[in-house]
Amino acid sequence: MVVPACRDGRAHSVREVGLFPMKIVVCVKQVPDTESEKALRPEDLTLDREAVDAVMNEMDEFAVEEALQLAERTGGEVTVLLMGPEQGADTIRKALSMGADRALHVVDDALRGSDAVATSAVLAAALREVGFDLVLLGCEASDARTSLVPAMLAERLGLPQLTFAQKVETDGTEITVERLTDYGHDVVTARLPALVSVVEKINEPRYPTFKGIMAAKKKPVRTLDLSDLELDATEVGAAGAWSAVDDFTVRPPRAAGELVKDEGEGGRQLVAFLAGRKLV
Amino acid sequence: MTASAAPRFDPLDPLGLDDLLDDDDRAVRETVRRWAADRVLPHVARWYEDGQVPEVRELARELGALGALGMPLHGHGCAGATAVQYGLACLELEAADSGIRSLVSVQGSLAMYAIHRYGSEELKERWLPPMAAGETIGCFGLTEPDHGSDPAAMRTHARRDGSDWVLTGRKTWITNGSLAGVAVVWARTDEGIRGFVVPTDAPGFAAHDIHHKWSLRASVTSELVLDEVRLPEGAALPGVVGLRGPLSCLSHARYGIVWGAMGAARACFESALEYATTREQFGRPIGGFQLTQAKLADMAVELHKGVLLAHHLGRRMDAGRLRPEQISFGKLNNVREALEICRTSRTILGANGISLEYPVMRHATNLESVLTYEGTAEMHQLVLGKALTGLDAFR
Repeated sequence: MVVPACRDGRAHSVREVGLFPMKIVVCVKQVPDTESEKALRPEDLTLDREAVDAVMNEMDEFAVEEALQLAERTGGEVTVLLMGPEQGADTIRKALSMGADRALHVVDDALRGSDAVATSAVLAAALREVGFDLVLLGCEASDARTSLVPAMLAERLGLPQLTFAQKVETDGTEITVERLTDYGHDVVTARLPALVSVVEKINEPRYPTFKGIMAAKKKPVRTLDLSDLELDATEVGAAGAWSAVDDFTVRPPRAAGELVKDEGEGGRQLVAFLAGRKLV
Repeated sequence: MTASAAPRFDPLDPLGLDDLLDDDDRAVRETVRRWAADRVLPHVARWYEDGQVPEVRELARELGALGALGMPLHGHGCAGATAVQYGLACLELEAADSGIRSLVSVQGSLAMYAIHRYGSEELKERWLPPMAAGETIGCFGLTEPDHGSDPAAMRTHARRDGSDWVLTGRKTWITNGSLAGVAVVWARTDEGIRGFVVPTDAPGFAAHDIHHKWSLRASVTSELVLDEVRLPEGAALPGVVGLRGPLSCLSHARYGIVWGAMGAARACFESALEYATTREQFGRPIGGFQLTQAKLADMAVELHKGVLLAHHLGRRMDAGRLRPEQISFGKLNNVREALEICRTSRTILGANGISLEYPVMRHATNLESVLTYEGTAEMHQLVLGKALTGLDAFR
């Protein structure tokens, strides 16, 4: 079956509901295990990935789960997209063992040191290459925690961005999300193709089943480098980054807590404390 | 060689045994570890204290969805995993609680294995898919009130009545008994000992739970009563006559225990290591004292030797070269050493060692059952003794 060509985000999909399977791409990132001690390499101030266990960014697990659920409901298919070094294959395999259909791995030595701007350029090029109706990703990565990539990626692809989604529904033509806000949520609707970033409230990621694990290694994984994406090494990696790490210090030990002694005003003081931190 | 080229030392894997695993093995282990961390560990102390697992049927369905039931069996909805992967799953489950591992062992290695290996196509098609899914729970009736290590003397019998079989007798210490929708019951017949697949709603079948036990409290243990239970001819397992039928099933389950016991030991070791580095007496962590370090070192040595042994047996099973005597070797060593590790951990935790706030006492009391069931330590000594000398000391 030929899938319509207009999938680069510059024009609406001409796909008719139910005629073609919805093509969902989930961007996942491999990050250091949040429980391990992290260190920056003194020579270039990038993360020392040798010294830590690498895992799938936790927020991206929710994105994979949501993609699988949407695909199951609409008869779509799920492609995993990862940019990162060779060992990122482990994270790809995890997404495939959860049930994703295929994967795209962008690997190139020149990518080391990419910031959000560079990362979004690479992901955008890969997404144009692979085609999509819907792009899903976690709302932030647990290592850098900038939360910038979803918006940058949507902008580069000219897509409507529906960020911080705690619920997603689609009929294959339009997509509606509940967007988490400080005061509750907004309901946001867009036409496909679109980009959605998810929060952890959205679902409960499935465990890879043993059959899924065994099936994963038979699923197609396509590897691309910068030349395949027609990108120049100067646009990406540390060379193409708009931000740079100059220095770092270890986080100071946690300061002692604030003790509220109740002398008739304890309740008010507690409320003031919480309100001051916008917790109530 | 530069210093940075040496692999990291991992206190939880001091020998680097993870090198023995491939990507799939690690993924299987990770799935079971996470499931147990999410679904068992937060609740197990309460289940243990209450002596019941209210959500056990839901847990069975979840284990079925993962593929953990009848995991190394092929076809009929089973996952078709390797023996090593099955072992890793047993280890992770028992690191949570021996009762949960027992549920899986009895379902997969005893009840499903018996039907898978010795059942007719009709029996397999009827029972294995819902058992693999965890929709139907199975149990395995061999032990009787008066016949434990010597099952050949069993009294439960089946007689022919026309084309039917009629079963009468009692079985005890039956894991999953009152939960089961199907029981594989071994009975003497005129032809010898045979296995019967008994739907537990058959008239004359009853299961009564055994209470007042101080071990495996997060596991259902029952007595089965069979009073003139009438079964069609096809309920008998056609593939085997004689004691080698049930004994082969027990061998399969014991293999899982070889791994599982090391899970209980690992949980206790980790608890003791954490405690030793944070608990201070005489002005410093107790892990800084020589006597505590000797305990930790000895525990680590036995723990990882045991895991290495389990892995070796797993590879032999995957190659179709594992002998029952080798499984006896593994069960004897690993359960005995696991129990010792739990007891030593208890001493490191001091008075806290007896609290349900820590996993140590729970694992230690569980392992008292594991030491005895599926062949007592003494029976495995006798099996090995016979294999070594050629002299049979018990028959």
